[in-house]
Amino acid sequence: MKTWRPFAREPLTREKDDTAESELFFRRALLMLGMVLLGLLTVGGRLVYLQVLNHERFTTLADNNRIRLQPLPPTRGFIFDRNGVLLADNLASYHLEITREQVRDLDATLAALRERIELTDLDIERFRRLLQRSPPYLGVPLRFRLTDEEIARLAIDLHQLPGVDIKADLARRYPLGAHLVHVVGYVGRIDENEMRRIDLGQYRGSTHIGKIGIERSYEDVLRGRAGWQQVETNAEGRPLRVLNREPPTPGQHLHLTIDVRLQMAAARALEGHTGAVVALDPRNGEVLALVSQPDYDPNPFVNGIDVASYRALNTSPDRPLINRALRGVYPPGSTIKPLMALAGLEHGTVNRHSGVYCPGHYRLPGSSHRFRCWRRSGHGSVSMDRAIAQSCDVYFYSLAVNLGIEKFHAFLSQFDLGRPTGIDLPAEASALLPSPEWKRRVHQQPWFAGDTVSFGIGQGYFLTTPLQLAHSTSIIAQKGAHFQPRLLHAIEDPGTRVKTPEAPRAQPRVEVRNPQFWDTIKSGMIQVVEGGTASRIRSPHYRIAGKTGTSQVFTLGQSQRYDARRLPRHLQDHALFVAFAPFEEPRIAVAVIVEHGGGGGATAAPIARRVLDAYLLERYDDAILAEIQTATRDARTHDDRPE
Amino acid sequence: MIDPNDPERGRLRLHLDPLLLLGLLAASGIGLIVLYSAGQQSSQLLLAQGIRLGLGFVILLALAQTPPRYFRIWSPWIYLAGILLLLAVLVAGDISKGARRWLDLGVMRFQPSEIMKLAVPMMIAWFFANRPLPPKLWHLLSGAAITAVPFALIVVQPDLGTALVVGCAGAFALFLAGLSWTILLGLAGLLGAAIPLFWTFGMRDYQRQRVLTFLDPESDPLGAGYHIIQSKIAIGSGGIYGKGWLNGTQSHLDFLPEGSTDFIFAAFAEEFGLIGGCLLLVLYFFIIARGLYIAVCAPDTYSRLLAGTVTLIFFIYAFVNAGMVSGLLPVVGLPLPLFSYGGTSMVTIMAGFGMLMSIHSHHARRRS
Repeated sequence: MKTWRPFAREPLTREKDDTAESELFFRRALLMLGMVLLGLLTVGGRLVYLQVLNHERFTTLADNNRIRLQPLPPTRGFIFDRNGVLLADNLASYHLEITREQVRDLDATLAALRERIELTDLDIERFRRLLQRSPPYLGVPLRFRLTDEEIARLAIDLHQLPGVDIKADLARRYPLGAHLVHVVGYVGRIDENEMRRIDLGQYRGSTHIGKIGIERSYEDVLRGRAGWQQVETNAEGRPLRVLNREPPTPGQHLHLTIDVRLQMAAARALEGHTGAVVALDPRNGEVLALVSQPDYDPNPFVNGIDVASYRALNTSPDRPLINRALRGVYPPGSTIKPLMALAGLEHGTVNRHSGVYCPGHYRLPGSSHRFRCWRRSGHGSVSMDRAIAQSCDVYFYSLAVNLGIEKFHAFLSQFDLGRPTGIDLPAEASALLPSPEWKRRVHQQPWFAGDTVSFGIGQGYFLTTPLQLAHSTSIIAQKGAHFQPRLLHAIEDPGTRVKTPEAPRAQPRVEVRNPQFWDTIKSGMIQVVEGGTASRIRSPHYRIAGKTGTSQVFTLGQSQRYDARRLPRHLQDHALFVAFAPFEEPRIAVAVIVEHGGGGGATAAPIARRVLDAYLLERYDDAILAEIQTATRDARTHDDRPE
Repeated sequence: MIDPNDPERGRLRLHLDPLLLLGLLAASGIGLIVLYSAGQQSSQLLLAQGIRLGLGFVILLALAQTPPRYFRIWSPWIYLAGILLLLAVLVAGDISKGARRWLDLGVMRFQPSEIMKLAVPMMIAWFFANRPLPPKLWHLLSGAAITAVPFALIVVQPDLGTALVVGCAGAFALFLAGLSWTILLGLAGLLGAAIPLFWTFGMRDYQRQRVLTFLDPESDPLGAGYHIIQSKIAIGSGGIYGKGWLNGTQSHLDFLPEGSTDFIFAAFAEEFGLIGGCLLLVLYFFIIARGLYIAVCAPDTYSRLLAGTVTLIFFIYAFVNAGMVSGLLPVVGLPLPLFSYGGTSMVTIMAGFGMLMSIHSHHARRRS
């Protein structure tokens, strides 16, 4: 070792002495090796300390006293209609569970269970698959939805079957089943796509998630928040005691704007047809009824529908899984004429009194192609009122050509046609409000004058959803006041039972130059019912304003006549009707679409009348009321409900 | 690389150290077996790690064929490049988990701090190569500066684990170069005095938290202390003989966090017990002893210092990781070399061993 002489000058020319350096390095390396040995011995000693001296203690910690954090799933909020009728709740349901670790002979146990309850090969196969992926101390479900009888039979022998348990959980139930499936939707088991999308922490312990409908769009409100508890468990994984607990926050109850009675009355009116009925309260955008026919029972979807039933639903030519009210797109046909007239008034193309002569067809200048009026003999000279009341096509062909597609497009956009209305349901279709720009982009074709002509009567490329039609009718009824359609009426805290009502979602008004324009088209619409194409639904109790429509599924040749009897059903025209009532102070706006139903006045208008009667006169079939009562009777066993 | 002065030029000969290679292969083989169990028997995980190991061995082989004098010529340039990259990280690095460590090169992201683990010993060895040893004070201070600059740059990222390795690399190099005991003891005293200051001003909250948790892990059983507690339970419950491969409950039931990465030693000790743990320590000792032997046999100052330091870096990894997992040392994010899942440090370690083999095989051959 050298003496400490940091600033002593050493000869700069000091040579490197390789032998001395190599010896110095050898000493240092040896020291380091000693240090390494010491370090590793320390670790080895630590291992002895942990693994030999404290082995018992750590084994106990690892095996006998597993402190586990158990998630506590929240209970999902209920769903009610606007009058408090129960639409979705949770029902205690029992399933059979086997804990591998505690079973001595699995095959014998399964055989013993088979003698007592029904077990399919599918159940057992699924169980064995799950078993392989689960730790032995966790229970694996074998059979879901045990009946009371099965529970009773098992309960007697349960003590002879170690490792077999009956577990209770809550299953979603939709008492009114198919009637509301297109509104409420359903929950189902979380699938792999959803696993990637959701915050897994929040779904610890939960197995279900809203798949479609309200269940999906208000998933976050309905679900609540998971809690947890710290439990001490023994070597078999059985919880011994709860050390610490944070209770789950239950999901909020939802009250919908739907009136179930009206919903069922509308469904009944539409019975036998495929189609949709949408009823809105024009004063605030509340959806009173939203029917899509055919419908289906959501209850089997909750715990996984069997393959055959699902295939049947999915391949049915009537396509019951499609929500036609939101996702069905139809040419609006003549139901759009009042708005066309309004656009003409707004731009000064026509006025209330200007007349058009209808010879039964329309020809573009310089063209021989005849666009036919629905009445072959023609309407003669028609003014706006009569053009709407009689649904004269020639009047609107001419109006459309004079005004031009661009102005129509801009004007009609204000009524949310061709774009989602923003209703609080998932997967609403935009449908299509065509424009020359759209046609160039999608079809790589210019917009022809003929396109404008057929656009004038709501045909051609023009497509709307039933919801959009009801929505635009609401705006007419309210003379421009515009509310986003919505299904949420109020949110109720399940603890305090305090209801927070949902405010109307007002949108910017649709403004026109002269507010009297609204009255002009409304007077046209009242004449539709009071002497026009829908005069058969005139009511003695209140005044209805409406508009019929018949939308073509395919285009007739120049010389062909439409003859429903000679066409296959899927090519027959759709029947449409939009209406609002009472005329003076509208409280309801409806859109009815009957697929391949023929004429709007003959098929769709009477359905609308039944809906209006039910709502405005509160006339409901006893059968409907009885069905609601029966289906929701169980709800009274939720004794915390005030009803 | 071809050495023009090689008397045996033209003859194909693989430059390797069979003993060292055997040790490394044994350790990585056991590592893969343990990883299969600790990684929940995921063949995907195993494959990824296998590919990384393969890549590591390729780098090792490539460097082993390179004569050591090239390392010496490259040393200052690698060091300089490393410093520049560290500066680049400081300015334009990617932030992840609150630290700015990564540099995005478009094709791949990497941590320039990783380079420094080898660049610092190379630079110090280069610096002392032609200067008489034991070093004079000014030379020592230069060596300290070579270490301190990258150390500081890494600390501010902040990356405590890597900074520790780089700092140790510099310290070992200086010690092996012949740092006098007086200075060493003086520094130790200074360090003792500096720790309270560092505690107050030099540490981030999360680092302080780690130390506190280390001192009393039971104080925060569900949070910061959870790792250590579960890790100790895993090791302790393994006992003398272990629970057997694939039978570790702690790791398989997800009680042990990071069981396939930083805490793989606990998963190993749980399944293979004291016997397995001690065998692994013996294996590590064998590798380190062989490395130091190579260093002692090296013909010149540069090779000696480089070989010695690289070997001791390996030791630091193994010791700090095993120490942290068994609750002896604070939780510093260092992987267990050749065991932990993950690639960054593996490449560095393999490159280091490649240089070791190069030093030994090239000079051994010249001797014979």
